[in-house]
Amino acid sequence: MIDALSLAFIQRAIIAGIFVGFLGSYYGVFIVQRNMSFMGSGLAHAAFGGVALGILLQYEPLWVAVPFTILVAILITWLKEKTRLGVDTSIGVLFAVSVALGIIFLSLKRNYTADAFSYLFGSILAVQVVDLYFTLFVVVLTIATFFRYWQRWAYATFDSELAKTDRLPVVRDDYVLSILIAVTIVVSVKLVGIILISSFLVIPAATARLLSKTFRSMTFFSVIIGISSSIIGLYFSFALDLPTGAAIIIIQTILFLLGIAFDKILKSN
Amino acid sequence: MSVPAIEIKQLTLSFSKYVALDNINLSIEENSFITIVGPNGAGKSTLLKVILGIITPTIGEVLLYGKPLQSISPKDIGYVPQIKTLDRTFPALPIELVATGIKGSWIGRLNKSEYKKALEALEQVGAKHLERRPLNKLSGGELQRVYLARAVVREPKLLILDEPATGIDYIGETDIYKIIDEYQNTKGATVLMVTHDWDAAYHHADFILLMNRSLICFEKPDKAFSEACLRQTFGHVGHKHDMLFGEHSHD
Repeated sequence: MIDALSLAFIQRAIIAGIFVGFLGSYYGVFIVQRNMSFMGSGLAHAAFGGVALGILLQYEPLWVAVPFTILVAILITWLKEKTRLGVDTSIGVLFAVSVALGIIFLSLKRNYTADAFSYLFGSILAVQVVDLYFTLFVVVLTIATFFRYWQRWAYATFDSELAKTDRLPVVRDDYVLSILIAVTIVVSVKLVGIILISSFLVIPAATARLLSKTFRSMTFFSVIIGISSSIIGLYFSFALDLPTGAAIIIIQTILFLLGIAFDKILKSN
Repeated sequence: MSVPAIEIKQLTLSFSKYVALDNINLSIEENSFITIVGPNGAGKSTLLKVILGIITPTIGEVLLYGKPLQSISPKDIGYVPQIKTLDRTFPALPIELVATGIKGSWIGRLNKSEYKKALEALEQVGAKHLERRPLNKLSGGELQRVYLARAVVREPKLLILDEPATGIDYIGETDIYKIIDEYQNTKGATVLMVTHDWDAAYHHADFILLMNRSLICFEKPDKAFSEACLRQTFGHVGHKHDMLFGEHSHD
């Protein structure tokens, strides 16, 4: 394994794993506490529509997927605010439309299969230097917005009406959060794959919830779990020749089960 | 002549064809205790949310101390929402919730003075011992006290409460009203409280507002609970009226 660390693609995968583990687990605490777990899956499938359009147009698929997924994230938030539909219903509708569009785009391109599969299931080999720069940009953006937005998102997550009485721009902040989640999903696609990405947003945060009494500690534990499970999962992925995304999620699930055990022990005492 | 604490002018709120609040005009003097009473679906909580700026009215305006809401500091208003809306899965401690009353945002880490102030507010409502007990482990009454501490910690001029004693036993309820009364008397605050408890409304309020989407009566307690006002608001007088005022009071 030590030798493997000298390989450029392994180095890229580890860096990408740390970045994606951080991003998914950080935004995951808001997704889990807002009962929007379906959003990760919905936006990942929106990313599929964008990737398919990119493949069809012969552009770098992620460059097309970013605006496509952001547009869907904005539409989900808009439907939630402006209609009587529940957020899950809005996501469900846009999820289906995005996948349908993706299938149509791919059907128009005859030699799509290999490209599309690498995005569906993710691959260490698929991570390029340019992807790392893009992911780094999202990490920097996330850290920069942390100081301005964490407290406001936390307050609105606890009770959006209370936050409104304190004049926080809750709706605008929701759009910012949705856009950042959309970008996070797109940059995570190459490593984790479209199908499994929602787990990155849900499992570390759900595990952290079991271990935490405060939202601050939930955020902290979620990020630690997200990053560490990425590193451990990448190790097993390489050592046992398993698909990366799936290996990371198995590690996340093991930590989640340990979290449940910890919670039960805590309750029984 | 002093400026009213709350002035509502021709306020209407409608959703498509459904009129939730119909042409409400109201003026509430400073340092008064007002209770809002009405049947379920009468728009009581909705009216509070319009006053608080959570919901924008279709027509009309709300002035607080003679100014539009946006010109008033949020710290001049203390709000106690219905606890049934609380998400009990959210990981939080009472001290953190009270701290939102100080900062107007969620606080990751409290500094010494914020901590001291939040603790004093919890002590004021008899909930100091709950400081670090997770919110999901609090009873309804304990939670109401914590929300009340959150509202009073900012020492607001206007205290708005939505059913602050719902689901609380008699002793707890008496305590809550005592705290509210004490706060009003010591700070000279204006209190606006929605309640289903006629007894509490009768004994604590200076004026009672009876409403059923529109304002029906706005009177001193003995006049507000007249048969005419109650029938117009609820469609009947109810046995509670007899309990409060005697069976023959509406003869």
